[in-house]
Amino acid sequence: MIQGSNMAEAHPVGFQWVMEAKARGAKVYHVDPRFTRTSALADKHVPIRVGTDIAFLGGIINHVLSNDLDFREYVVAYTNAATIVSEDYVDTEDLDGLFSGFDPESRTYDPQSWQYESENGHGAAQADSAADQEHQRETASGMQNESHGMQVGAHPRRDETLQHPRCVFQILKRHYARYTPEMVARTCGVSEEDFLEVAQAWAENSRRDRTTALVYSVGWTQHSVGVQYIRTGAILQLLLGNMGRPGGGIMALRGHASIQGSTDIPTLFNLLPGYLPMPSAGVHDTLDGWIDAVRLPGAKGFWGNARSYGVNLLKAYWGEQATPENDFCFDYMPRLTGDHGTYRTVMDMIDGKVKGYFLLGQNPAVGSAHGRAQRLGMANLDWVVVRDLFEIESATFWKDSPEVETGEIVPEQCRTEVFLMPAASHVEKEGTFTQTQRMLQWREKALEAPGDCRSELWFFYHLGRMVRERYADSTLDRDRPLLDLAWDYPVHGERDEPDAEAVLREINGYEVETGRPLSSFNEMKDDGSTLGGCWIYTGVFKDGVNQAARRKPGSEQSEVAPEWGWAWPANRRMLYNRASADPEGRPWSENKAYLWWDPEAGEAGQWVGKDVPDFELTKSPDYVPPEGSDGVVGIAGNDPFIMQGDGKGALYVPQGLVDGPMPTHYEPVESPFRNPMYGQQGNPVRKEYDRPDNPMNPTPPQLHGEVYPYVFTTSRLTEHHTAGGMSRYVARLAELQPEMFIEVSPTLAEQRGLENGGWATIITARSAIEARVLVTERLVPLRVDGREVHQVWLPYHWGQGGIVTGDSANDLFGISLDPNVLIQESKVGTCDVIAGRRPTGPALRSLVMDHQHRAGVDLDPGSPIVTTGPASEVSQHRDPVERWGPDDDSSDGKTP
Amino acid sequence: MAKSFLSWPVVRQFTGADRLGRGAAARSAATEEIEARTETADRVARSVCPYCAVGCGQKVFVKDEQVVQIEGDPDSPVSRGRLCPKGSASKNLVTSSLRQTAVKYRAPYATEWTELDLDTAMDMIADRVVKARNDTWQDLDDQGRKVRRTLGIASLGGATLDNEENYLIKKLFTAMGALQIENQARI
Repeated sequence: MIQGSNMAEAHPVGFQWVMEAKARGAKVYHVDPRFTRTSALADKHVPIRVGTDIAFLGGIINHVLSNDLDFREYVVAYTNAATIVSEDYVDTEDLDGLFSGFDPESRTYDPQSWQYESENGHGAAQADSAADQEHQRETASGMQNESHGMQVGAHPRRDETLQHPRCVFQILKRHYARYTPEMVARTCGVSEEDFLEVAQAWAENSRRDRTTALVYSVGWTQHSVGVQYIRTGAILQLLLGNMGRPGGGIMALRGHASIQGSTDIPTLFNLLPGYLPMPSAGVHDTLDGWIDAVRLPGAKGFWGNARSYGVNLLKAYWGEQATPENDFCFDYMPRLTGDHGTYRTVMDMIDGKVKGYFLLGQNPAVGSAHGRAQRLGMANLDWVVVRDLFEIESATFWKDSPEVETGEIVPEQCRTEVFLMPAASHVEKEGTFTQTQRMLQWREKALEAPGDCRSELWFFYHLGRMVRERYADSTLDRDRPLLDLAWDYPVHGERDEPDAEAVLREINGYEVETGRPLSSFNEMKDDGSTLGGCWIYTGVFKDGVNQAARRKPGSEQSEVAPEWGWAWPANRRMLYNRASADPEGRPWSENKAYLWWDPEAGEAGQWVGKDVPDFELTKSPDYVPPEGSDGVVGIAGNDPFIMQGDGKGALYVPQGLVDGPMPTHYEPVESPFRNPMYGQQGNPVRKEYDRPDNPMNPTPPQLHGEVYPYVFTTSRLTEHHTAGGMSRYVARLAELQPEMFIEVSPTLAEQRGLENGGWATIITARSAIEARVLVTERLVPLRVDGREVHQVWLPYHWGQGGIVTGDSANDLFGISLDPNVLIQESKVGTCDVIAGRRPTGPALRSLVMDHQHRAGVDLDPGSPIVTTGPASEVSQHRDPVERWGPDDDSSDGKTP
Repeated sequence: MAKSFLSWPVVRQFTGADRLGRGAAARSAATEEIEARTETADRVARSVCPYCAVGCGQKVFVKDEQVVQIEGDPDSPVSRGRLCPKGSASKNLVTSSLRQTAVKYRAPYATEWTELDLDTAMDMIADRVVKARNDTWQDLDDQGRKVRRTLGIASLGGATLDNEENYLIKKLFTAMGALQIENQARI
């Protein structure tokens, strides 16, 4: 199952394994708005309306539950299906698309009613409050769950017959009962037959001796409900017993060489290495408070050792200054007070609150949503340091950006200093990338970088050294964290390049006294006698050997290839692989054997098989934890999901998500349709920046959505890479894909007078861009809720720099974010499409503002977010404004 | 050998053992003189493709301190030697004539770039970091809570960089009190 991904185009070399599977008899299904290279090689392509994947997958969940197609033994033993939920819980079925606990004023949930029922009949004592949820939205706490799992009590009430009306299984069944094939067809624009074919194939191929793998990419994450998209896939894969088993799982195909690594060792505002939270003022005021917030006393699992992970990080940061007496310098950490994400920061730049900005191999002028806001923000800074291989658009916004053309940025009046610092390429430095399956691969340095090109390692090591020198005489308390920092890395060569392997050793961790590298995070001590910068990476320097540099040829080892590179944690290649065996520890079937309990192995039995067990090696399947135990001891012998507070896979999430315990279909923030399922139109708790410089196109129940009648989506081409900084400046790639274009269906082309090879202008409330027209049957009009909708597609690789230039598709998007992780909705929006090139100069803004005026956006840039219940009365507040008549809607193809 | 039609590949293909014309029949004296760049390279580095997150293995061939070829690593269990068009173009990425190899500086209100030597640029950047930090320092937030930070310095990027680099970036900025450190994973 490939959904929300064009794997053949965006991850072509990974796609060879899909084709291998197909050659061996696997069926490949592709659900995607557009017929792509992936569809061409799939057995079946189902075109879907952008932004309706939860409805589609929710329909499959309903199909599975209504027809008893779940893998019942797996579901009962390994998921929270049997867990009983508080009697205060009320579902979206009864609240028109809202869950219980919703406060329309703050647009947050109080999740108290979502909790598991504990033994004493009440919700878990540690349930978050609405204020906690607001804080979690502001600080993207959901992102911690990448490895945190769900923090719930270890021993909730369960009914393993799954008959209790308030058990998760029954709640799930009721929640998705509405997602019938008819409703899926009406919402997603797919035929019932196509939908049922996918549902049946998925269910039939998931059982003891069969597994189904699910692939998604950014097509799922960049939505205002992105986390819940992925949750829907997770629920389905758990119900069908496809998690932790060979040939199953959920494959997230990520798009940058080390985007996984930069999440694990995060350059992210809300995280510290190993998914430890960046402390928040008032929440994590002491070391103990910070640790307990991670560890959650009373919960099962490996977060029970959080004190070791936290202390080792602090010790790696502040070295000998970090002692038990001073809480290992925990006080040195800066504190969050809410949203400090990249989009909030851009707004703060526009408002003049930010002085300086570093761009490190990233090109937000083209690559981030709402390009105009990005560029206006940069033009209002004191200084920008751009570190890149090429002179990218984010370095030249003061000189040749679209806003220079419109007169919004005047070079002679723009005060921003710009330093363009040439960077070393991947062959000119050594170090590790972490690829999309959590595998670290060490790169050898091939040669010295030319001229002044330097690695980030060089730049930041020396910048740190120079900044520390400038503070050397300071006696101010606030400068202690810098002056006490452990910052003495060995350097070599004429350029004083820091030793990357020394940094990797620190990341891995070692014994302070002897320098002996740790082999496992279980060796980390919480007394300061060991240090380690990222606990989940401990083991990459096992036995003092750089394990990431291992290169045993794939042909000389098993298909798991454990001796090529190193995967976190502990070189496990498949997470939760305990679930590949049944509760008694036997393989579910012979052909799906992966890990199993061998009572003869070791002293008293061991887990053996093809991979490193994602389980304690000698904990037998029949191990029952002592009454009331928590942490690692609390994990039972048949609890495969060892990072979850209850050891179970989560079909239902009482803690950790701010927009509901189960995925629910909401319309995209910009949609031509009223939600066919509920009165609540969009994600009610999504993050919005309601400001005049971030206008959104009107969406039902607002009026005038017809000014932007089409749905657009964006994605990649094989020959380019994201914002083009590594491809538009490369002659071969520029030649292969030389020009920005838009794909439209023949029907739409006819409606709008668009000619193949001609020009089209695409308009939203943010901007207007032009593109060459490609008329193609890869896009088909879909019938949704009784009427036809046209979808158009755009690649997003171009800007004004490089060998080949063009307008940037990301200029079209506004900024509204998923509330769990603060990722923007940039896979779907509404737009107008007219024939011909866009106007240039100030006339470009006039075109955009004419459309805004017709749609009433100029009067009110915000959208009503709560559209059901008493608060929704405000939703009709936008009065119809004077607008162009219906016969004058520029369908003649001319610019109005 | 004197040139005659008997030496034509097509004749050799139909008269010799190499009927498919994929071996000896297609070879010529010119063929024999060709030497692959991968054969004459001074050294080869085992590397990883810098584009997407599949993590294909690359072999980087260097001669006379120049990259002369980058090709897929057949030993990699991930990629088995294959590269996509981007990975195959990565020699072009690192040898592109458009690569910046010197520092460029744009002064406030300037309409053109000027050049700057690396040491001067580093000094200027360090000065600006210190000034921005000092000017925007917060010991307490508006509710009187200890925050020990600056919201005057932001950073974006990391997904194309090495783990070791991200580690130092986060470590330094955290010690500095800078919080708005972000990368593509948020996007």
